[in-house]
Amino acid sequence: MEGETQKMNLFQSLTNAMDIILDSDPTAGKDRVFNTPLSEQGIVGFGIGMAAAGATAIAEIQFADYIYPAFDQLVNEASTFRYRSGDLFNCGSLTVRAPCGAVGHGALYHSQSVVIPRGPIQAKGLFLSSVRDRNPTVFLEPKILYRQAVEEVPVSDYEIPLSEAEILEQGSDVTLVGWGTQVHVLREVCKMAKEELGVSCELIDLQTIIPWDEETIIKSVLKTGRLLIAHEAPLTAGFAAEISSTIQENCFLSLEAPIQRVCGWDTPFPHIFEPFYLPDKWRCFEALKKIISY
Amino acid sequence: MLRAGLRSLTSTSPLNKPDLNTARTYEQLKAGVSIKMRMGCILKIIVASPSKKGLLVRARGLASEVNEAEFELSDCPIHKLDSGPAKKAVLTRDDGLHFYRQMQVIRRMENAASTMYKSKVIRGFCHLYSGQEACAIGMQAAIHKDDSIITAYRCHAWTYIRGIPVADILSELAAPCMLMYEVNDVKYDLSEKLKGEGRKNGCSKGKGGSMHMYGHEYYGGNGIVGAQVPLGGGIALAHKYRDNGQICVTLYGDGAANQGQVFETYNMAKLWDLPVIFVCENNGYGMGTSVERAAATTEYHTRGDYIPGIKVDGMDILTVREATRFAADFTRSGKGPILMELTTYRYYGHSMSDPGTSYRSRDEVQSIRKTRDPIMSLREKLLDSGLADTDDIKRIEKEAKEEVDAAVKVAQAGPEPALDDLFLDVYADDNMEGHKIRGCDNWIRQATN
Ligand SMILES: Cc1ncc(C[n+]2csc(CCOP(=O)(O)OP(=O)(O)O)c2C)c(N)n1
Ligand SMILES: [Mg+2]
Repeated sequence: MEGETQKMNLFQSLTNAMDIILDSDPTAGKDRVFNTPLSEQGIVGFGIGMAAAGATAIAEIQFADYIYPAFDQLVNEASTFRYRSGDLFNCGSLTVRAPCGAVGHGALYHSQSVVIPRGPIQAKGLFLSSVRDRNPTVFLEPKILYRQAVEEVPVSDYEIPLSEAEILEQGSDVTLVGWGTQVHVLREVCKMAKEELGVSCELIDLQTIIPWDEETIIKSVLKTGRLLIAHEAPLTAGFAAEISSTIQENCFLSLEAPIQRVCGWDTPFPHIFEPFYLPDKWRCFEALKKIISY
Repeated sequence: MLRAGLRSLTSTSPLNKPDLNTARTYEQLKAGVSIKMRMGCILKIIVASPSKKGLLVRARGLASEVNEAEFELSDCPIHKLDSGPAKKAVLTRDDGLHFYRQMQVIRRMENAASTMYKSKVIRGFCHLYSGQEACAIGMQAAIHKDDSIITAYRCHAWTYIRGIPVADILSELAAPCMLMYEVNDVKYDLSEKLKGEGRKNGCSKGKGGSMHMYGHEYYGGNGIVGAQVPLGGGIALAHKYRDNGQICVTLYGDGAANQGQVFETYNMAKLWDLPVIFVCENNGYGMGTSVERAAATTEYHTRGDYIPGIKVDGMDILTVREATRFAADFTRSGKGPILMELTTYRYYGHSMSDPGTSYRSRDEVQSIRKTRDPIMSLREKLLDSGLADTDDIKRIEKEAKEEVDAAVKVAQAGPEPALDDLFLDVYADDNMEGHKIRGCDNWIRQATN
């Protein structure tokens, strides 16, 4: 990305992206950004209705943890609108924002388009793509990065394509896949692998969870023969299971070791044990050792 | 109980004589005067021994002779009811002192939590109840011990009045000082990371934290706004099904009152005439959004539509108690649900990360503290009626302080929870041997799949 940049953290870059969206419509006014009552189901339902009637709607759910009351609206209404109306109606101009991930409380789920940025630059580009995408999108924003992650973010309008994973580091021995905050954990694991074990890792940020970039991961695993996926959400039915299954189908003969998933445990998110629950670099590193010594 | 002497004083309704409202002496009282109070007026005072009644008000030092006083209550607007709660109530000395003690403990417990939070002994979510004390204490005083209560995350006070010691509550909030583990030759020092995450002797074993505490017929502490309301309906349904005479007090905030599931619950509760009191604790704000910005009508007691409702001054403990008595009788007698709005106020911000000053003025908070504070108002009632004297008040405040101070010490020194606990309590009969949590081997901290 070229042009002028500015120091922004993740929430500033998102605000900047929303300013760009609002500025692009000359009817912009203060009344277009407002507080709602505490009614998640209503917030998303209204968003779907607005979008179906032709408006661009950005609905914000305070935290992803609170999105569940709206789950029926997302799963049964938003994601099927186009299909069940034979494309007569859709709510593609709806984007639902929700800060997510561990920092006291965590949650991850899947529905239609689900996007998670790892930092401010990605946040802005992916968000602009999400709003303009012709499908409804759930945009999850890692809470912990809101203030922590600061980058030089281009001030201009730019998009980062949805459903494209990004290879952050090229490597030959093991493929590491993560998204959001977990990318930063895996980056450290890459470093540890190189320094302590002389192992070369290929690090991939999935960026869009649904629909996800199968090709990039498959190509990488065909090269490395080993895959480690890490996410904060619980192991069972977590998205790593889906990736794992797809890779097993497509790369069966190239796999040198069983795919490793390093995830949250199948317990409720434990207030007191958060550091043990999270797939931190130590747990990922242990799993990595297991893969390479298989 | 001797109801001699002063009883006749009240028969002429001294409250209607404004010029006499400032009487402070027994002589004045005898002349048919009552004492003007900021909230609620004394109607009559009953003394144990008529022979000593001359000392009653003039000498507060002997106030322990006053056993009962009757007070006028705040007005309660009603909805879909022919009549509302009683307009007067008798407060006994024992009850009065007990309430005062509970209020003092809760206020001091929350202040302690705030202090511990600032010194990073507590962290994470922490929502304080200061300002709303009369709601919890007044309600508990008018229901049975086996009646159920379910509330949201602002639950420390409710936990306390349900019999959980302050030490257990603060322990649930407080941090271990040091946590060190060694796994596969790697040392972990979690003292920083785990700061403020509860202790083993906390009332939820440190696993719940601020928002999740429980007790006898007390279904907690719930973190999702409004989600506890259908649960309260279900608890009431169980009571009705078992025909056990119990009712369920189902609490939620003014912000939660806008959640769809609240209205679904109203409907089912009325449809099946469940023994439930819906209580909207209206403290004026849902986080930083004032009620006016969030609700099409802020008359929360009417929002059950077909469910009868009463709007109650939640800053006056006696009014809360009498209104609750009325509501409990109503629903226990089989007439179905009833809705109570308690108008109240929170002094602290929404949670510890909210200074509470960006969406309301400091003046607003100060003026409520000065004119409507529930503790001050009870203290005045007790003193002015002679139910208590300043020595009583001082003694109670001292005891409350000692109780909370001791609890803070316990909370800060309690044992750390064991790492094993991470995997327990997920399924019934969990234990360490052959624990069933898939994907967990806590010793190598590694997925076992
Ligand atoms: C479903 C859901 N949405 C949002 C939140 C975040 N949240 C927690 S408390 C709160 C405000 C609730 O206000 P109110 O019901 O008035 O209760 P009060 O805090 O005043 O006691 C919000 C928005 C949540 N916990 N659950
Ligand atoms: Mg409120």
